[in-house]
Amino acid sequence: MPEHYTTPRVAAQNLTKRVPSPEGELTILEDVTLSIAAGEAVAVVGASGSGKSTLLGLLAGLDAPNEGRVLLDGVDLAGLDEDGRARLRAGRVGFVFQSFQLLPSLTALENVLLPLELAGVADAAARAREEIARVGLEARRGHYPNQLSGGEQQRVAIARAFAARPKILFADEPTGNLDQATGERVIELLFALNREHDATLVLVTHDEALARRCGRRLRLDAGRLAAAGAGAAGRAAP
Amino acid sequence: MNALIQSWRMLRREWRAGELRVLAAALVIAVGSMTSVGFFTDRIHRGMSQQAAELLAADLVIRSSAPIAADRAAQAEALGLASAELMTFPSVVLAAGRTQLVEVKAAGPGYPLRGRLRVASEPYGADGQAEDLPAPGEVWVDARALTGLELDVGAEIQLGAARLRIAKVLSYEPDRGGGMFDIAPRLLMRLDDVAGTELLGPGSRVRLALLLAGAPAALAEYRGWLTPRLTAGESLQDVRDARPELRVALTRAERFLGLAALVSVVLAGVAVASGARRYAARHLDVSAVLRCLGITQGALMRWYLLQMLWLGIAASLAGAALGFVAQEGLVRLMAGLLFVNLPPPSALPVLAGVLVGLITLLGFGLPPLMRLKDVPPARVLRRDLGVLPPRAITLYGAAVAAMAVLLLWQVSDIKLAGLALAGATGAVAVLLAAAWLLVRGLGRLRGRVGVAWRYGLANIARRAQSSVVQVLAFGLGIMVLLLLSIVRGDLLGAWQRGLPADAPNQFVVNVQPQQVAAMREFFAGRGVREARLHPMVRGRLVAINDRPVDVSDYEDDRAQRLARREFNLSWAAGMQEDNRIVAGRFWDESQFGRPVVSVEQGLADTLGLKLDDRLRFHVADRDIELTITSLRTVEWDSFRANFFVLAPPGVLEDFPATFITSFYLPAGERPLLGALVREFPNVTLIDVDAIMTKVRTIMDRVNLSVQYVFVFTLLAGLVVLYAAIQASRDERLYEGALLRTLGASRAQLWQGLAAEFLALGLLAGLLAALAASVTGFVLARQVFDLDYSFNPWVFAWGLGGGALGVGLFGLWGTRAVVRRPPLATLREI
Repeated sequence: MPEHYTTPRVAAQNLTKRVPSPEGELTILEDVTLSIAAGEAVAVVGASGSGKSTLLGLLAGLDAPNEGRVLLDGVDLAGLDEDGRARLRAGRVGFVFQSFQLLPSLTALENVLLPLELAGVADAAARAREEIARVGLEARRGHYPNQLSGGEQQRVAIARAFAARPKILFADEPTGNLDQATGERVIELLFALNREHDATLVLVTHDEALARRCGRRLRLDAGRLAAAGAGAAGRAAP
Repeated sequence: MNALIQSWRMLRREWRAGELRVLAAALVIAVGSMTSVGFFTDRIHRGMSQQAAELLAADLVIRSSAPIAADRAAQAEALGLASAELMTFPSVVLAAGRTQLVEVKAAGPGYPLRGRLRVASEPYGADGQAEDLPAPGEVWVDARALTGLELDVGAEIQLGAARLRIAKVLSYEPDRGGGMFDIAPRLLMRLDDVAGTELLGPGSRVRLALLLAGAPAALAEYRGWLTPRLTAGESLQDVRDARPELRVALTRAERFLGLAALVSVVLAGVAVASGARRYAARHLDVSAVLRCLGITQGALMRWYLLQMLWLGIAASLAGAALGFVAQEGLVRLMAGLLFVNLPPPSALPVLAGVLVGLITLLGFGLPPLMRLKDVPPARVLRRDLGVLPPRAITLYGAAVAAMAVLLLWQVSDIKLAGLALAGATGAVAVLLAAAWLLVRGLGRLRGRVGVAWRYGLANIARRAQSSVVQVLAFGLGIMVLLLLSIVRGDLLGAWQRGLPADAPNQFVVNVQPQQVAAMREFFAGRGVREARLHPMVRGRLVAINDRPVDVSDYEDDRAQRLARREFNLSWAAGMQEDNRIVAGRFWDESQFGRPVVSVEQGLADTLGLKLDDRLRFHVADRDIELTITSLRTVEWDSFRANFFVLAPPGVLEDFPATFITSFYLPAGERPLLGALVREFPNVTLIDVDAIMTKVRTIMDRVNLSVQYVFVFTLLAGLVVLYAAIQASRDERLYEGALLRTLGASRAQLWQGLAAEFLALGLLAGLLAALAASVTGFVLARQVFDLDYSFNPWVFAWGLGGGALGVGLFGLWGTRAVVRRPPLATLREI
């Protein structure tokens, strides 16, 4: 077993998340424990409202659990405040969202440039151009998000996610807002780049076909981890 | 450094995307309005300090109303100082049957000691430096005098008993400074020609001056020698206190224009607040993504703050450029009332402008932006996770603090700033309540109008809070313009109507006792009514109840002035009909010859005098003590000759006196003035009509410049409207698209929007007209004691202007709602 398989990239122990609701406290996640090794591709599947996105948010340190703890790249998030978690995310974690989350006032290229500039990367502009070329949008790099189609916006988002060379990529329903053909092309690109960057992928989806392309599937059912299944291959499917 | 560059880059990107236009426009207007006033006053101040020595035409000046003792000039000569004598007095020039009030300046050899006179050979022609004074028998007059007399250079004029030739046009006198308070045009003559005019008898209103110039050490020594020898009527002036009255007037003008400009700043602040709120709302997702990308809260705040700082500086510089252009307009409006050549402004107002911009931006815009750091990063997964809006206390607290800072800066007086803040808050609260009632009232009309209007009115009601602010912003701007134009004219008209048609418009002063009988005959022979001649004895108040009067005992400016100057004492057997006793009793015949006086109430209040106080006056070379037995009010605007201090007959007759009279001269009978001057060459004629015309010209100019500053208020109002349109833009676009999809035509959409903005404009105009009318009424009744009738034109202009201005601008601002294809909108939202 390669060395990097020994310490998990992402680990969760007894995660529980409750939110207040008009009918009293609502438990969204209950006692979830998991471990994802470096380089693994894991799909989190489940019905709508099963807690998939909440789990993703907790694993990425975007939110704090009520109970339990998360280790991200070996660091216990419980020991960090919100700013500490932000610093941890910078440079190590990339995101791809269902609703793309591009900054509307920035062009495609500028959106990709942003995390590089924030991290103070020296040749930021060149690298951003490179990343945008990789997702095939060189000709449209001066366009604003509202001038791009959904698939194009998601490709910009993928370029942005990989621009800072993250170790871990979290993807939340990345094809949820796309038609099937476009979604497939976007997924091809996501997996190809993931391989190229040798990143760990945590992907939330309710698309079983997509999930099967991941090395492992974690199924959430009403906030509890139901069962784990292997994907088409040990790592991300080709 | 990296953060600075990053934030600058980010700002440029946001700018291109059009996110910051409201904030920028508001700041440009705010800074533009403040700097236009700033540049303008800066130029005047620089003009004053650069020309300080010239403003005196000397290094040191002794001024006096009595002849200056010969030892003053002798000592100057002994110390090696150059000196020149100067005499100024008002008089009337006569030529070809026309008369013209002039301010005569008679100068001795050497004048001016500092600076040069400039003369031209024709009115408003090219001028050059004058090497000397006018030749004997010749005068130089300014272009206004030539125009008034309809004469050309070379013509002869009559001044008192002398005939003099106009040799040149006087275009510049160094010590005239600004002509702001010069009522009459200038006539310059030689000092040794004055005797030939026979104008100056005892008691004449002459101001004398001895000008001195030389080495600083000699000047200092001279000053040391003179100071203990100064008599009560003498004063010493050096360049530091040149034109104090001009400085005071300028400080006041500066404060007033500054406060006027501040109204625009506050309105711009409202637009900034609205723009910042929209900016913050639109940046919730951005902030969440940035947090996701690993930026810390502190870094996020720095990111926004730096961007705002850049925006503030850039927009303020643009505003300062606008202010620079605008001040030129202000200078043109005030042309003729100010220095002939104003130096260019310094860069200081730019700095001040940038500060105003930043204070406005931070005070009004920061609270909503500060909340962006609290956006939960999990918002990227769940859009419903937001952030609470800033607490009202933070929001209004910061705005009020910003306003207080700006106010304090403008008026540099805590008490005045506090009063202004309280007054403004109170007025805004009342106007807000009125605007709210108007907006509420509009809602009731909805059921009774057609579909387009219903849609428009529904929009106003739905965005009630924003509508109220817009109505207020416009209302305020329109109100001020209505007040300054129509209401002011009405007040002036009411005052003029209140004056009797035959109120005296001419004063004759300096009539000698031996001329009284001849003058009575002169007036009687020409059918002039009511030319009563009043005796006048000049005396200085030296003690009250045996306590010597010390100028420094009084804090009030007016009291100090009154304590310093000579009073005109008069006597009369009975009281004039425009006087009224408010305390004590006026004398009857039994009290004639007793040492008592009746004092005007305003004077008594200023100097703290009461009944039974004993006033000691120094008249000629004697003292006389008089006891106050009555206080009276005087209707000064009756334009009759009136006196602060009046004694019964038999008290002052032994003192040297001159006589004064006033009379009404109908417009067509001006030749009578010529006859009067010919027959009594020594008397001084004061043409109140001419003075009134001049005063009105000054008022009109000042009024225009204030209106000019308030144009910025209207611009700021437009930015508030623009901000409101921007704030509701997405919503409007969506509704428009939906309505189009449901089958509404473009015309119907236009009508709906037109209805909305017309109604808003009408409301603002109505509010403005109401507020202007009420203010006019209160001013008339409480302050000026006039009858005021409401002018329907106030409403016509207010409603018309409001509807047109707001209507057109609103339609322009929302044109995208109608033009944009509905699908494009629906896909985007």
